[in-house]
Amino acid sequence: MKRYFTRKVLIYLLTFFIAVTIDWMIPRFMPGDPVLNMLAKAGSVHAEAQEVMYGYLTTAFGLDLPIWQQYFNFWKALFHGDLGVSVLQFPRPVADVIKSAIPYDLLLLIPSIVLSWIAGNKFGAFAARSKKLDNTILPVGYILTATPYMWLGILLGWVFAIILKIFPISGAFSYALKPAFTWTFIKSVLQHWFLPFASLFIVQFGGWAIGMRNMIIYELEADYAHYLEALGAPKRLIRKYAYNNALLPQLSGLALKLGVIVAGAMSTEIVFSYPGIGYLILMAIQNSDYFLLQGCFLFIIIGVLLANFIIDIVFILVDPRTRLGMQGGS
Amino acid sequence: MSLTVENLTVYYQTLKGVVQALEDATFSLDDGEIMGLAGESGCGKTTLGTSLIQLSGRMRYIKGKLALDGQELPIWDNTAMNDFRYKKVSLIPQYAMSAMNPTRKIGMLTRELIEAKKVDFNQVLPELKRRLELVELPEKVLNMYPIELSGGMKQRMVMVLSTLLNPSLLIADEITSALDVSTQKAVMEMLGEFRDRKYVKSMMIITHDISVLYQIADSIMVMYAGQLSEKAAAETIIREPRHPYTKMLIAALPKIGVRYSEQVLSGIPGKPPLLLDPPAGCRFRERCPAAFGKCLQAPPFKEVQKDHFVACWKEFERHA
Amino acid sequence: MGAEKKTNEILYFALRNGKLKIGLVIVFIFVAIAIFGPLFSKYPLNEFVAGGPNPPSADYFMGTTAYGQDVFAQFVYGLRSTFIVGIVGGGIATMLGMLIGFLGGYKGGWLDEFLNGITNIILVIPTFALLLIMVAYLKLRGVVLESIFIGLTCWPWAARAIRAQTFSLVSREFVDLAKLSGMGTLKIIFGEIAPNMMSYLFMTFILQFGGAILNAATLDFIGLGPTQGASLGLMMNWATIGSALLLGYWWWFVPPGLAITAIVGALYIMNVGLDEVFNPKLREM
Repeated sequence: MKRYFTRKVLIYLLTFFIAVTIDWMIPRFMPGDPVLNMLAKAGSVHAEAQEVMYGYLTTAFGLDLPIWQQYFNFWKALFHGDLGVSVLQFPRPVADVIKSAIPYDLLLLIPSIVLSWIAGNKFGAFAARSKKLDNTILPVGYILTATPYMWLGILLGWVFAIILKIFPISGAFSYALKPAFTWTFIKSVLQHWFLPFASLFIVQFGGWAIGMRNMIIYELEADYAHYLEALGAPKRLIRKYAYNNALLPQLSGLALKLGVIVAGAMSTEIVFSYPGIGYLILMAIQNSDYFLLQGCFLFIIIGVLLANFIIDIVFILVDPRTRLGMQGGS
Repeated sequence: MSLTVENLTVYYQTLKGVVQALEDATFSLDDGEIMGLAGESGCGKTTLGTSLIQLSGRMRYIKGKLALDGQELPIWDNTAMNDFRYKKVSLIPQYAMSAMNPTRKIGMLTRELIEAKKVDFNQVLPELKRRLELVELPEKVLNMYPIELSGGMKQRMVMVLSTLLNPSLLIADEITSALDVSTQKAVMEMLGEFRDRKYVKSMMIITHDISVLYQIADSIMVMYAGQLSEKAAAETIIREPRHPYTKMLIAALPKIGVRYSEQVLSGIPGKPPLLLDPPAGCRFRERCPAAFGKCLQAPPFKEVQKDHFVACWKEFERHA
Repeated sequence: MGAEKKTNEILYFALRNGKLKIGLVIVFIFVAIAIFGPLFSKYPLNEFVAGGPNPPSADYFMGTTAYGQDVFAQFVYGLRSTFIVGIVGGGIATMLGMLIGFLGGYKGGWLDEFLNGITNIILVIPTFALLLIMVAYLKLRGVVLESIFIGLTCWPWAARAIRAQTFSLVSREFVDLAKLSGMGTLKIIFGEIAPNMMSYLFMTFILQFGGAILNAATLDFIGLGPTQGASLGLMMNWATIGSALLLGYWWWFVPPGLAITAIVGALYIMNVGLDEVFNPKLREM
């Protein structure tokens, strides 16, 4: 277990290190001097921005310093939480802008991931029970995973917000309201949350259902299942074992799919103008707010690494093979 | 008689057609008898063994009558068989190393299996502990996961688990092929011990390794291409085989006690016929030096001497 | 049992497999539209040919955008981009995966440790974030360049899967034989190992193909798509920005997403079919 853990943490630290290095490198080594471009553009949006930007550039970027010094300064600024200043919401610091978007991302991501994982697994296990059920559910599941997140969002928005007018189409709460701990406000938040949540849930659900169905069929062919069958153990017991064992690869599947899910959430936020990181990214791209973009990149990396770490801990709790350190793998 | 089998015929359904894997098997097993079932791979010995406990998805029961302890054994009825499985007929599978669910503690999976069979686990527990001691496993294995055990320990654990409800018939399918020679011997001795202590009434040990059988089997039955060739006391099969195939098989053994492998077997000229469309009559005919006209008909499995059964027309003539 | 007999057998099962057939037919229909569609396009791509939005009609098969561009033209050229991304992006990712998987799996030792370490690291970094930061700084973006970037970031899981497969093949007799006969590493890999996992590599490519299409759609949708031409993701991006949803211009935003879903879904179902064809265990009785 210790070995497994150290290895994982080491990989995450290394990944973080590489990600930050990429984040530092790209604006410097891309052709056409994007940094100066950005500076010029910032000036056209906010005249006073240029000066502040320039200040950050000389301290954090320090373009006139030797490369290693620049790199070192970048890390130093990072540890002080200094990610630069947003052009878009000048003069707010990038870290601050991102911080206010995070709750919305968590609000979408956590429930959609957890609920779709649970529901998809149950449903997939159910589908694996009969050939007939399997033959209808399998294609539907594959079509769902093939659906681009934003397109499902667009469809749901069109049907439920525009045609049926049941749900609102944009924002995180009604523009008429101010955040407060009142029933009206919470209701508004839930209403605005539902459609983006639903489109995230549905696409992920398809993937988990298929994954579980495939894993269960595999597990039911495992030796322990055949042994129990030969000893006349009830189907219920065999299915229970198969289900429990299939949950483990599904959990590592979750870790692998996190990146795709996050990307899906980003594009869903854009469809519904939901003010999370995804929406920020769109705004940043449209306004050439590169500091904000780089900040979003770092935030996504850190978020995914943390989520991976949480999944690793859960894995240790539920899988004796990992816990006993017999299988170091993935 | 613990087990009697009459004209048991089991085929396999495959995409290419029907594989006639077991044809008209008639034999019986005495109380307390340990019978070895030998033959080349693909001769139908595993089909015979597993059909007695569970027909797999592609196996088709064609005909035959079976009785265990005087009670009909309904192998064609998967649901009715559930009452017999484990309690009356049990199995130590080929894959004993991976037969236990890897994510359950051994004690827990034993409890769940026992309780699924509507038996009170707490009543079985003291006996379970006694038997663990017999096979030299510490009691704490019940608190361990299968991966924490070595291969030999897993093998012994599965032996205890499979026989915990004192079945009348135990089928052990190629259980020693994954073990080294000294462990093989120990496992075989334990099986003998299980019989002596009446944990199991009778036993069928399936293997292609006659030397392993020679250690503990009371009798040996030889199969060829889906048909029974010969059954007799182990000593008789080794010293005075009657069936031409058994003779060649024994002759191909360099010395008693030395393992023969499939390569050695291929030293017998010719190849077994394909069971997809086997020739009528004795299936050994084409490789048999003594074959003659009558062999175009399948010989019955007849007792030519007390407890010595052979399926060969030449032998019948000799004893006529 | 000759090789020919085996090929025949696979062909026999392939022709009988409904999933494979349905998937292939759908993919081919879209390939045909991508190839021949532009010939039937009455209007040049992205030109403002109509005064404003028009629903589908005889003049405009699939209607026009809010700005009066022909949707049909965007759709057929967008399909071309989609297939280019799939082939180039999926192809590069599969090749990189093969290179790294084969080398690691065959050579073992420190090289494997090293390659596996890199694979694990890139596997954890969300591909999308990596693409985002790399693509955002490009001033001019084309479909091919986008595909190359996608290919460069999507190989890790292919590498991992191929490495595992290679491991299981390396210990086989025929590889030992090749080693004993003094064959070089590359010759063994491409002459002995690769042919023995052809079906697996092909299925990996199909999955990468679908994955690249979805990745490109996401990138295009958030505004990092090609700066010229058209793509299905860009169409959805334009539709969203042009308030097509609020105004109910369904002909603008339904077709691109539908096409992506149909193509990628068909690819996945095809893969299930292929799996059944190549793995006798999965064949239905």
